[in-house]
Amino acid sequence: MSSQPSLVHARGLTKRYANGFTAVDGVDFDVRPGKAFGFLGPNGAGKTSTMRMIACSSPVTEGTLSVIGMDPRTQAREIKAKLGVVPQIDNLDTELSVRENLEMYARYFDIPREVASKRTDELLEFVQLDERAKDRVEPLSGGMKRRLTIARALINDPDLVILDEPTTGLDPQARHLLWERLYQLKRRGATLIITTHYMDEAEQLCDHLVVMDKAKIVAEGSPRQLIDDHATREVLELRFTDATRAALNGKLDGLADRIEELPDRHLLYTDNGEHTLEQVNQRQIPIESALVRRASMEDVFLRLTGRSLVE
Amino acid sequence: MTTLAASGHVWQRNWLVYKRLWYRSLAFGFLQPVLFLTAMGIGIGALLSTDDLTAFGGVPYIDWLGPGLLSAMAMQTATFESTYPIMNKIMWGRNYEAMLSTPLGVRSIVIGELAWMAFRIGSLAAIFLMVLTAFGITRSPLAILAVPVAMLIGTSFAACLVAFTATQKNDVGFSAIFRFVVNPLFLFSGTFFPLTQLPDALQAIAWATPLFHGVQLVRGLVLSDLNLAAAPLHLAYLLVMLGVGVVLADRNLRRRMAG
Amino acid sequence: MTTLSQPASNGALATAWARVWRSRRLVERNIMVYRHQWIIILSGVFEPIFYLVGIGLGLGAIISEVPLANGQVVPYAAFVAPALVATAAMNGAVFETIFNVFFKLNYAKTYDGVLATPMGITEIALGELLWALMRATLYAVAMFVIMFFMGLILSPLGVLMIPAALLVAAAFAAAGLAGTSFLRTVNDFDVPMGLIVMPMFLFSGTFFPIEVLPSWLVSVIQLTPLYHGISLIRGLSTGIVGFEQLLSLFYLVAFFAICLWIAMRQIERRLIK
Repeated sequence: MSSQPSLVHARGLTKRYANGFTAVDGVDFDVRPGKAFGFLGPNGAGKTSTMRMIACSSPVTEGTLSVIGMDPRTQAREIKAKLGVVPQIDNLDTELSVRENLEMYARYFDIPREVASKRTDELLEFVQLDERAKDRVEPLSGGMKRRLTIARALINDPDLVILDEPTTGLDPQARHLLWERLYQLKRRGATLIITTHYMDEAEQLCDHLVVMDKAKIVAEGSPRQLIDDHATREVLELRFTDATRAALNGKLDGLADRIEELPDRHLLYTDNGEHTLEQVNQRQIPIESALVRRASMEDVFLRLTGRSLVE
Repeated sequence: MTTLAASGHVWQRNWLVYKRLWYRSLAFGFLQPVLFLTAMGIGIGALLSTDDLTAFGGVPYIDWLGPGLLSAMAMQTATFESTYPIMNKIMWGRNYEAMLSTPLGVRSIVIGELAWMAFRIGSLAAIFLMVLTAFGITRSPLAILAVPVAMLIGTSFAACLVAFTATQKNDVGFSAIFRFVVNPLFLFSGTFFPLTQLPDALQAIAWATPLFHGVQLVRGLVLSDLNLAAAPLHLAYLLVMLGVGVVLADRNLRRRMAG
Repeated sequence: MTTLSQPASNGALATAWARVWRSRRLVERNIMVYRHQWIIILSGVFEPIFYLVGIGLGLGAIISEVPLANGQVVPYAAFVAPALVATAAMNGAVFETIFNVFFKLNYAKTYDGVLATPMGITEIALGELLWALMRATLYAVAMFVIMFFMGLILSPLGVLMIPAALLVAAAFAAAGLAGTSFLRTVNDFDVPMGLIVMPMFLFSGTFFPIEVLPSWLVSVIQLTPLYHGISLIRGLSTGIVGFEQLLSLFYLVAFFAICLWIAMRQIERRLIK
C-alpha cells in the first residue's frame, strides 16, 4: 500500500487562525495517486481549512505538508500550476461570460490561446454547458455554476483536483449529474480530494475516507471498511408515539448489538433487521413506523462522535 | 387614496434604511457646499476684478456661484439616487418583486420613491441654504423657497431617470448618463459662468435644458432678484418635465416588472 | 559581489520579473471585461474636456489671465488645462482602483479564483495597477492632444507631460489600491471620494493659484499628492521648471513606492487567511 508515493503527504498538520482558533489540530494523512480521497465531517470540523492548506491558499501553521512532492510554503505557484480547485462557494468571474471564464482562467496558467480555446470547447461539452457558452454567469442555476466551476478546475489538466463540498445546496437531479461527471473523471485516472457532509456522496465517490470531528481525524479507511468496523450490516429504525416512548424503559434491551436513541427515533444496530423487527413485535411494543436499511456512513459518524452529521 | 397610502410604505422602507446613516449623509451634505464655496468662490473670486463682476450682475462671484451649486446638487443627488439604488431594487436585490407580491402597485412604488427623493433633496437643500446664509449670500427670507424649488428640480430629474433605469439591463448606461448628461449640465447651465459667455447657438441649447431653469429660479430667490416675467416659464418647464417623467417612469417600470 | 551570491540574486531577480510579467494576465482579463463596456472607459475621456471648455473657456472669457508663482502671466485656459491632465490621471486611476477593485475584492470574490492559479498577490496588485495606468494614460493623452490643438501647451517641455501624467496615475493607482482594502461597505466610498479626492480636486490649484488661500491652508495643500502632480505637469506645460518641480517629482515617486508597499501588504492581509 505504501509502495506508491503519495500525492499529498501530511504529518502533524495544524491550522491556527490569527484569532487563536485551531481549525485543524495535528492531522496525518496520505493521498495516493489515482484515488478519490474523502474528508467527511460536520460543518466546522476542519475540512475546508485542510483543503485550503493543500490548495496553497492558506498558510500552514505547523507540521509537514507536501503536495505533489513540493512544499506549499516555498513552491505555491508551482503547486497551483498542477492543481484544480473547486472552492466551497463558487467564485466564478461574474463580469465574464461562461466561455470567457474558462478561456481567461487558462490564461492565468499561461496556456496558449489556441490550446485554451480547444480545451474550453471540450470542457463545456463535458459539463454539458456548451449551449450556455455565451451567457453571463449570474443567470445560471446553482448546479450549472457548480459544473462550470468544475470545468474551470480542469482547464489546466491538473494532477490533483480538490473539491470542497461539490454538491452542497444542489437539487437531487443536479447532484446526480455532478456525481456522474466526477465518476468519469476518476475513471480517466484523476486524483480527487473531496470534502462532504453527505454520507451518500462519500460512499458513492470515495475510495478512501477520513472522518474529521473538532479539528481531528477520528477514523480512517475505505467506506466499506469503516462501516464494517463501526456499524453492523443493517439498521432497524423505529418510531414510537410519545406515550409508548415514555413507557419504553428497557423493553428494547438485548434486541441489538447497540441501540442509539435519537430525538425522533431509535436506531437498532443488527445483522438482520427483519428478524429484529419480528422480535420487537413479539415483545408487543406498539410501533408507529419501522424501517430496515443498510448501515451507512451516517451510522459510522454517530458511533464515532455520538452526534449525527447534518444537524 | 390607497395609492398614496401605499406609496407611504415605500417611503417608510427607505427611511428605515436611511435612519442608520442619516448623520453621514447630512455631514457630507454640509461639507460639500462649504468646500465648493471656499475653493471656487474665494479662489476664483480672487482672480476676478470689479470690472469682471459686471458679467455676474455685479454681485461677488461666490454669491453668484452659491445658488447655482445648490441647484446642481439637487440634480446630482437625484441622478445618483435614481440610478444604482433603483437598479438594485429592480434587479440585484429584487425589492420591487417582493413589494409587488403585496397589495402594493407600481404606481405606489414610483410615487413613494419620488417622495423619498424629494425628502432627501429637501433636507440637503435646507442644509445648503444654511451654509449660503452663513456665507452671507442669501438676501431675503424668501430664499427659503429655494428648498421646494430644489425638490422640484430633483424630482423632475429623478422621474426621468427612473424611467431610464427601468429600461436598463445593466449599469453600463449609467456612466454615459453621468458623463454625457449630468456633467455637461453641471458645467453649462449657468452654474459657474453666465451663459452670455457662450456662442448664441450654445445659449439656445442651454435654454432648452432643465438645470438652467432651476438655476435661474434658485438664484433669483436667493439673491432676491427674481425675474418675475420669466419665473412662471422656468417653473412650468420643470413641472412639465416632472409630469412627463412620472408617466414614463410608471409605464417603463410597469413593463419591466411584468416582463 | 561574490561569485556565490551572483546566481542567487539572479534567481531572485528572475522570479521577481516572472511575477511582474505574469501580472499582464490581469490586464488581459480587464480588457476582456471592458470589451462589452468600452463606453465606460471612453466616456471618461470627455470629463476633463468638458471641464476645460466649461471652466477654462467659460470662466476664461471673463478672467482672461492668471499670474504664476514667478510673476509670469498666462491665459486662464492654459492655466487650467495642465491641471486637468493631472486630475484626469488621478480620476482614471482612482475610479479603477477604488470602485472596481473594491467590487472584485469584496463582492465578486474574483481574486479568490485567480489566487487558485499560479497568479499571486504581486501579480494581482501589479496587474490592477498596470490596468489603471493604461486607463489613466488614455485620458491624459486625450487631454494632451486637445491642449495641443487649442494651443494651450506653452513650452516644448510639454511633451514630458505624458510621462509625468503616467507617474501621477501610478501614484494614485497605488494609493487607491491601498485605500480600497480598508473599506468595508459601499457606504464607505464617501470617505475617500468626499473627504480626499473631491477636496484635493478643488483645492490643489486646479482652478486658481493657491496663494490666495490662507497660508496655513497652503501649507496643508502642499503636502498632498495632487498638488505635486499639478505643479509638475503645469511646470512642464508652461515651461517654468525649477527646484519645486524636481521636489514634486521626488514626492510622487516616494508616494508611489510607499502606497504600493501598503497596498501589497493590505491585499495580502485581506486575501490570505
